[in-house]
Amino acid sequence: MTTKTLMNDPLNLIITGVGGQGNVRVSLLIGNALVREGYFVTIGETYGASQRGGPVMSHLRISKEIECSPFISDGRADVILGMEPVETLRMLGRFGNPDVITIVNPRPIHSIDVTGGEAEYPDLDRLMKTIKELSAKTWVINATEEAQKMGDPIFANVILVGALIGCGVLPLDEKSVEPVLRESFPKEFEANMMAFSKGMQLAG
Amino acid sequence: MASIDIDAPGTNQLLIGNEAIARGALEAGVGFAAAYPGTPSSEIMESLASVSKNMGIYAQWSVNEKVAMEAAAGASFAGIRAIASMKQNGVNVISDFLANLVMTGIGNGGLVLVSCDDPSAISSSNEQDTRPIAKWLDIPLLEPGNFQEAKEMTKWLFDLSEELGTICMLRSVTRISHARGNVKLGELLKKEQKAYFDQIHDTRNVMPTKFMPVPSALRHALLHVRLDNAREKFESSPFNWYVGPDNADLLIITCGSCWLYSREAVKALKLDDRVGILKLGTLWPLPEKFVERHLSKSQKVLVVEEIDPFLERSVMELVANLPPGAPRPLFYGKRSGDINAYGELNPDKVIKAVSNIMGLAYQPRDIEYGKKAEEISKSNVPERMMTFCPGCAHRASFWAIKNALKLDGRNGIVTGDIGCYSMALGPAGFFQVRTMHCMGAGIGVANGLGKLGQFGFNQPVLAVCGDSTFFHAAIPALINGIYNQSNFILIVLDNSATAMTGFQPHPGTGVSAMGEPTKAVSMEALCRSLGIHVDICDPFDLESTTATLLEMMADGGAKVVIMRRECELVRSHREKGKPYKVHVDPEKCIGEACGCDRLCTRVFRCPGLIWDKEAGKAKIDEVICTGCGVCADICPQGAIVKEAT
Repeated sequence: MTTKTLMNDPLNLIITGVGGQGNVRVSLLIGNALVREGYFVTIGETYGASQRGGPVMSHLRISKEIECSPFISDGRADVILGMEPVETLRMLGRFGNPDVITIVNPRPIHSIDVTGGEAEYPDLDRLMKTIKELSAKTWVINATEEAQKMGDPIFANVILVGALIGCGVLPLDEKSVEPVLRESFPKEFEANMMAFSKGMQLAG
Repeated sequence: MASIDIDAPGTNQLLIGNEAIARGALEAGVGFAAAYPGTPSSEIMESLASVSKNMGIYAQWSVNEKVAMEAAAGASFAGIRAIASMKQNGVNVISDFLANLVMTGIGNGGLVLVSCDDPSAISSSNEQDTRPIAKWLDIPLLEPGNFQEAKEMTKWLFDLSEELGTICMLRSVTRISHARGNVKLGELLKKEQKAYFDQIHDTRNVMPTKFMPVPSALRHALLHVRLDNAREKFESSPFNWYVGPDNADLLIITCGSCWLYSREAVKALKLDDRVGILKLGTLWPLPEKFVERHLSKSQKVLVVEEIDPFLERSVMELVANLPPGAPRPLFYGKRSGDINAYGELNPDKVIKAVSNIMGLAYQPRDIEYGKKAEEISKSNVPERMMTFCPGCAHRASFWAIKNALKLDGRNGIVTGDIGCYSMALGPAGFFQVRTMHCMGAGIGVANGLGKLGQFGFNQPVLAVCGDSTFFHAAIPALINGIYNQSNFILIVLDNSATAMTGFQPHPGTGVSAMGEPTKAVSMEALCRSLGIHVDICDPFDLESTTATLLEMMADGGAKVVIMRRECELVRSHREKGKPYKVHVDPEKCIGEACGCDRLCTRVFRCPGLIWDKEAGKAKIDEVICTGCGVCADICPQGAIVKEAT
């Protein structure tokens, strides 16, 4: 169930994926919804032209009391929202701790290092098992698969926002996100609202 | 992007630092804004341009930073408040003008320069610190410690600039400019502004209205008076403050985003009652009396700032000038090695420095968990090297360049500069580019290489630059090459946008920053007017592009090839759907047995192509593939099939 208070203050949320997946969009949706609810939110993002196809992460720091820096300290993530499995593990390695909650989209995106043969993409089953081992609680959300069913893989990001809200780790609910979705997607609000509800349902 | 012209004073908005800076300019009644795109600065102009009509302001993407700064000064000379924004490299480009502008002073309109520095060079060629430029050129300098301050400081700098009669500077960094935080809005200042260049007299001093730097010594002396006035104002500035005990075991002196890191470090180590933080927002000139008052709080001082020891040296200089008997603290910082003099900082680095100095242990997470997590992620997380986007025309261009150079066989060299195509230094562009410095440097360097024939040099020289870079910095060097009869081919990788920084328009696009149609400058007409050989090709047509290059390399002189194909991100934003449906025919792809050595996935390496390990064949990742169809033309077996959609 959706909680209305922060599990920790500040709450440290990492959103991670590969450049082009919509990391910035997701962090903005969540951040805007939280500011409407009266929270201090700081978002630090790693993006830029050079980040297309590279690892991307957003750090969200959420507090009732204080403005935080845009960086989560090593080992101090409370929640990790992973849009890609290997990137999720990358974040767990540096920011994870025994209490971390992970929401992960299991659809791999191969890097050019992997296709080129210099690096190997780990076995997916083993990868997912490791993610679960390093997390206190894990939600596996097949966001890309569901998005493809909706007609465009890009919906995966809003599905994951729905899942994040649905699993109750943020002091937000459907009502607090709806106006933000309406504002962010004036032309495609209905489809995005559907994607959001799908995510809520998958986490529920 | 948030709309920065919301007329809702007192409300909280989630803004990136650059939007906060733009909002501050609007609240100050800015009338004129000019900039050249550059990460992490571009959103300042983008957000000002997006509200220009509503706010009645003028905004332009200038051809380069120098023109942006000069244009903004022009507006100031006629009494209009003006802002010029750029990344750190841009401040070098404007430095010649600046060095004279500080001597002439500004007009009746406040003039603000915003430099967005990029510690760790996350999206830059270098991590140059621009604060020393402010000191070097006697420019009052502020640096915001959070998003609210980014707005408030920008707003105040216009007042300060007018009061002092000189340009003022704001230095931001990536973690302010591109990070997002709560900003409480103030009143927008919408006013009728009348621009007028007053030729009769200057109201500020006895000199007539002539913006000239001579007599230099006198002007220089006047500038020092202005700086003294600035220092006096800074002594009581609300942008400087102290938090902590009256007697501290350690005093942290910090500025910018490091203020947030320092506060978190002190909190994480539970040292609130032992460590004090002096946060400075007015960095140059240093408010010496204010700093001196706080220096007595501790015998140990740690200076936390990003890149150069700017503040550290200023404070040391101050201490060196204190009278005998004054407290002389022990300094920790970049000189002592406690804080790196390179790379960006974060809370962890500050925690490390403070815990070392205080002799404390810090354990961020369970040790066993930490070991396990690090080990597992190290062995299971493959690298994810940066590359061109799927469907990017640059990949095709460099494929053609690579093949043409190979066919030519004389070991030709490619020189480059700054843009997405800088990635051609690596595997994304098949390691073709050999030099990268500043905007336009590729063709400048080619000018020299192409004149070495008398020393036995016979390698073909190809210089690449982007379309925006062509206008920014390549034209003088091209003319130099023609005049001095150098031998090179300038390849303009024309993707019809300033792609790397977010697709801003430029003089070739026919659209202004404010979204209005304007005269497009034709780069081919311009080059042809110089009387040289100019060719245009579509890089997706690999065969003819390669042939064109080969033909051009056959004889000498300065020449131009424009490889023109719109940025895929711009195209896919405008048009839904893919031009081709691409798939790999598993019958024809014979994998490792082919002899092509996996040309598509190992060398061409579009992210849309993946290697199916089990089947031992190439495969298209439909989620990633944009359907450009170029890979169909590189497969020696014809196994990659493209079908028009």
